[in-house]
Amino acid sequence: MTTTLKPVDAVLVGFGWTGAIMGQQLCDEGLSVVALERGPWRDTATDFATTFAQDELRYMWRQHLFQNVSYDTLTIRNNTAQEALPMRHLGSFLLGTGVGSGGVHWNGQIWRFLPSDFQARSHNQQRYGKKAVSDHDLTVQDWGVTYDELEPHYDTFDRICGTSGKAGNLRGQIQPGGNPFEGARSSEYPTPPMAQTYAPTLFGEAAARLGRHPFPHPTGNLSQPYVNPLGAQMGACTYCGFCEKFGCGNYSKASPQTTILPYLMAKPNFTLRTECEVLKVELTPDRKRATGVTYVNSAGEEFFQPAEMVILSAYVLQNVRLMLLSGIGQPYDPATGQGQVGRNYAYQTMSSVNVFFDDKILNPFIGAGALATVIDDYNGDNFDHTGLGFIGGAYIAGMVTGGRPIEMIYTPQGTPAWGLEWKHAAARNYLKSFSISVHGSCMSHRGNSLDLDPTYRDVHGRPMLRMTFDFTDNELKMSNYVTDRAAEVARAMNPREIKLNRRAGPWSVTPYQTTHNTGGAIMGDHPGNSVVNKFLQVWDVPNVFSLGAGAFPQNAGYNPTGTVAALTYHAAAAIKAHYLKAPGALVQA
Amino acid sequence: MAKPTVDRRHFLLGGAVVGAAGGVVAATLHDGELGGPPQTFSGSVPWAEGAADSPPGASGSGYVFFNAAELAVVTALVDRLIPHDAVGPGAVEAGVPFFLDRQLAGPFGQGQHYFLGGPWPKGTPQQGYQSRFSPAQLYRAAIAAIETYVGANFNGASFDHLGEADRDKVLKGLESGDIALGGGVDSKMFFAMLLQNTKEGYFSDPIYGGNKDMGAWKMIGFPGAHYDYKEWVGRHGERVPIGPVGFKGRPGWTERQS
Repeated sequence: MTTTLKPVDAVLVGFGWTGAIMGQQLCDEGLSVVALERGPWRDTATDFATTFAQDELRYMWRQHLFQNVSYDTLTIRNNTAQEALPMRHLGSFLLGTGVGSGGVHWNGQIWRFLPSDFQARSHNQQRYGKKAVSDHDLTVQDWGVTYDELEPHYDTFDRICGTSGKAGNLRGQIQPGGNPFEGARSSEYPTPPMAQTYAPTLFGEAAARLGRHPFPHPTGNLSQPYVNPLGAQMGACTYCGFCEKFGCGNYSKASPQTTILPYLMAKPNFTLRTECEVLKVELTPDRKRATGVTYVNSAGEEFFQPAEMVILSAYVLQNVRLMLLSGIGQPYDPATGQGQVGRNYAYQTMSSVNVFFDDKILNPFIGAGALATVIDDYNGDNFDHTGLGFIGGAYIAGMVTGGRPIEMIYTPQGTPAWGLEWKHAAARNYLKSFSISVHGSCMSHRGNSLDLDPTYRDVHGRPMLRMTFDFTDNELKMSNYVTDRAAEVARAMNPREIKLNRRAGPWSVTPYQTTHNTGGAIMGDHPGNSVVNKFLQVWDVPNVFSLGAGAFPQNAGYNPTGTVAALTYHAAAAIKAHYLKAPGALVQA
Repeated sequence: MAKPTVDRRHFLLGGAVVGAAGGVVAATLHDGELGGPPQTFSGSVPWAEGAADSPPGASGSGYVFFNAAELAVVTALVDRLIPHDAVGPGAVEAGVPFFLDRQLAGPFGQGQHYFLGGPWPKGTPQQGYQSRFSPAQLYRAAIAAIETYVGANFNGASFDHLGEADRDKVLKGLESGDIALGGGVDSKMFFAMLLQNTKEGYFSDPIYGGNKDMGAWKMIGFPGAHYDYKEWVGRHGERVPIGPVGFKGRPGWTERQS
């Protein structure tokens, strides 16, 4: 028996970063907004206070803040010839849940994509020829939105977060100390860069000696106290080293909790319901309009929440799955290339170089989620790819997020994983080693996609999402090339030795790589190549908006959250300026 | 209430959930992710006094998961994974067997964060853990299977009666998968879990029952649950002269007996 609730103007499905941003934007317009979150309420003092937040076992290895896969997971395989099996334990990516979701346990790495990233197809085609974007079944395409259109919204997110950094390009003028490759910024970062510890400092010095362009990583781990435009107060980071995969007890990492919720939760026209999982978006019989959502709460009670607008603000994988379960759009078929929902799933191509010293104490436990010195010389199209046989790139970061000893003890090449030799290597190297991260792009590919699994079902009896993914030759070539560039910087630091951890295929569900899943509900300039338009509005059902990295046609060599947030503000601006006055398609198909 | 009410005083006393000696470990109460009843929030940020989601430390003494024979095998296994010498503690003196016992008796052992539904075909190496067993079931089955293997290949011996070289030979065979175990146990999968859990017990906060006296942290130079390094950020290359600290303080501190 389903209880029908009072209609609202907008319902948010999922309450992490995108839900909080869109909720605040719509509530400020006076709309009645209900957010449905399938996980629990979470706040700093209760859930990750400084007196117990530094708990590697509980938060990382027992996955205390992450999605519990025991009642809902997805199935995985490398290609369509294989049988997909359930991801029985989180590994390669650490899905979020609960209020704030991944915005609670992210690192706080706040990037903008390059202007050319938004024209990945036309830009690379023009410079390297048609085959560069279509060889090996690549399905790279332009976004349908430009960097210049997103810039004001990137800026808004920086101000909400209080991002700490140094501009490299202010209104077209290259600035010393920043990233000279970045798109033009309309203003400087709200707070100055974090102080750098020894390892990132050495990395920056070595990179500069090689003629590269080092700069401090832009970060949502704040270098100083800050009050954002919504009145939320944040504290200065204490470099405790429990940031990525953890909640910040110190109000110094930008999260929905620290930047938006104090403002939004006080709004009388906003309501949050936790422990409520949306099962389906309900459509009119012609499937051209959503009438609301059906959800079930943790007591097993089922409700229909009518709404004028349905905002899919869950994680990429859930947004795509909800569309497939609800009959929104045409499912993608990799055999024929027909259909859009589930197409162009992509990821991130990660590798690293470990650096070992004998004579330098690096104190790796002094860290933060985005404490790094970075070079962007080999990202996107910041370098000439002629003759290299790939497109895309990676940033290279001398990065110390912490020295959590279960996860982050580096041992030299050839060290066994256990026994006295391992123990001696751990004791000898812990204080004197660190890791250079190579954070690479992932182009889209005809065979990489999301659909519904034919066999496995979740606790509600719904088909699980099925992920078919592998790294392509383009990605592995790119990663090898940039990993070699990282090794050059590593060697220039004059260490005792280094170890290259290359990214080799096939993609594996273990160990942890990164939670940067993208695509499946991609944006574009017409319904024949995308699920949503440039305002994240579903072409086929214009009162449904799908937020998040599902909109990325392929993934750039940067962390996605900055672009996810900018796209959300961009969509909110169009909803406020046009959609609310005349509900309907914001872009004519 | 979504979460158990545990005030700081009780947490500091170390008896947050069940404190009886030899008693059962804290069960599922503490998993904030499993949440509780549905709630509706409007008009303010909710907060409740005394509701902190404090860590589910190990409690009691003695063993509740392993029987004596299993304990002997597990102790002999982890003793070779992280042996004792002058450089630092071994897994046994760090308390790893006790840590494993409490982990396997609790939510981890029950597979609370594993999807264990069927069907259960064998997967590719890239598809990761594929078994119907929860971690507790896997340990139980694997220990029995190792004993069967050792008995058949080492003249009826038990693993804990083998010499160091033979123990290492068995461990290497499990690690590589060259030793096939019966009883539905994938040897590589079990070895990977055992090694991971051993390192967890060795390096996690002592409230979980391992890392006795923070010996593993001292060995590598990790200061533990320290919260503020601001004054050390710019002091490049200096050794931070802070002894390790855990959630319940430092070795030598005594708990207040209310």
